[in-house]
Amino acid sequence: MEKNTYRKLFWSTFYISAFTFGGGFVIVPLLRKRFVDDLKWIDENEMLDMIAIAQSSPGAIAVNTSILIGYKVAGALGAALTILGTVLPPFIILSVISFFYAAFRDNEIIGALLKGMQAGVAAVIAEVVTSMGANIIKEKNTLSTITMIAAFTAVYFFKVNVVLIIIACGLLGALAAMYRKRKKLREVQE
Amino acid sequence: MIHIMLFWNFFQIGLFSVGGGYAAIPLIQSRIVQINNWLTMTEFTDLITIAEMTPGPIAINSATFVGTHVAGIAGAVVSTLGFVLPACIIVMTLAFFYYKYKDLTVVEGIMSGLRPAVVALIGSAGATILLLALWGEGAAGFNLSGLNYQSVSLFAVGFFVLKKFKPNPIYVILGSGAVGVIGWLFNNLAV
Repeated sequence: MEKNTYRKLFWSTFYISAFTFGGGFVIVPLLRKRFVDDLKWIDENEMLDMIAIAQSSPGAIAVNTSILIGYKVAGALGAALTILGTVLPPFIILSVISFFYAAFRDNEIIGALLKGMQAGVAAVIAEVVTSMGANIIKEKNTLSTITMIAAFTAVYFFKVNVVLIIIACGLLGALAAMYRKRKKLREVQE
Repeated sequence: MIHIMLFWNFFQIGLFSVGGGYAAIPLIQSRIVQINNWLTMTEFTDLITIAEMTPGPIAINSATFVGTHVAGIAGAVVSTLGFVLPACIIVMTLAFFYYKYKDLTVVEGIMSGLRPAVVALIGSAGATILLLALWGEGAAGFNLSGLNYQSVSLFAVGFFVLKKFKPNPIYVILGSGAVGVIGWLFNNLAV
């Protein structure tokens, strides 16, 4: 494995982690952009599978996705590097802040900075979601398109537990795949 | 002894927080505030505010904050390690099975069912952040008066630039932050 690969793994996750405010689903689109679009180390579908695995495991989704990316690209050492890259920025920042947190919390300039960055983060996620959604629709698989819309409605409007959605969609996908396979077998027999 | 306690408590938080960031908050609260009295409820609320204002997963932020508070930097290190370890073991195990069996019809089917769901989950998180960014906290609905025009312009320009020029997203985020600060300075320092 090239030395450069390790360095890129660490610094990519470090930068992304340092600039992502908010929950795990904020960092995931950025990871996808870096590793799928820029570096082309992982393909789109595999990335989505990784996110699904990360979401189904306990812990922080950002850390879990990083582990999977590192493991896939460079094995156990790669995973160790991406964990470090993801964990270090919040670790350093929080250690510093915890010593003078009241001043930080009430500082208006920091508030303005964060408010501006929030709009930028929203733009980044919107861009990634529209291109990912377009990819799903382009597959021309009605079931996938319906699943996507239904899952969004359930999570966003009805606040359904994410774990339930993951289980339901996984089951649905498994059933559909077995049905397709059986149909194909029957056609072959006839 | 306190280090082992920190490690063990965050190990349990890491093991049982399924479903991402916010799902971990009640668990952290019960372990840190109620059971071990490592933080008061006010300190805990401050922690959540800070965790939302700073980058990184809420649980990692909490582990660092609580660890530093209770036992200095060493405390922060063991707490963070404790939180990450269970995820590491479970994710690697799942990854092992995924790469071994991903060509099986059932596994392939499960994954193809999950892909659109994952896009939907990211979309939902994106919509929440978008509303928060454009209207601010506790927005009543889509009323035009509460709209923050600076955020709307930043969002629109950022989205356009990303689609058109495909820059590194971090520059868009940093640029928006800089405009936020300039806007504040302009409003507060201009006579």
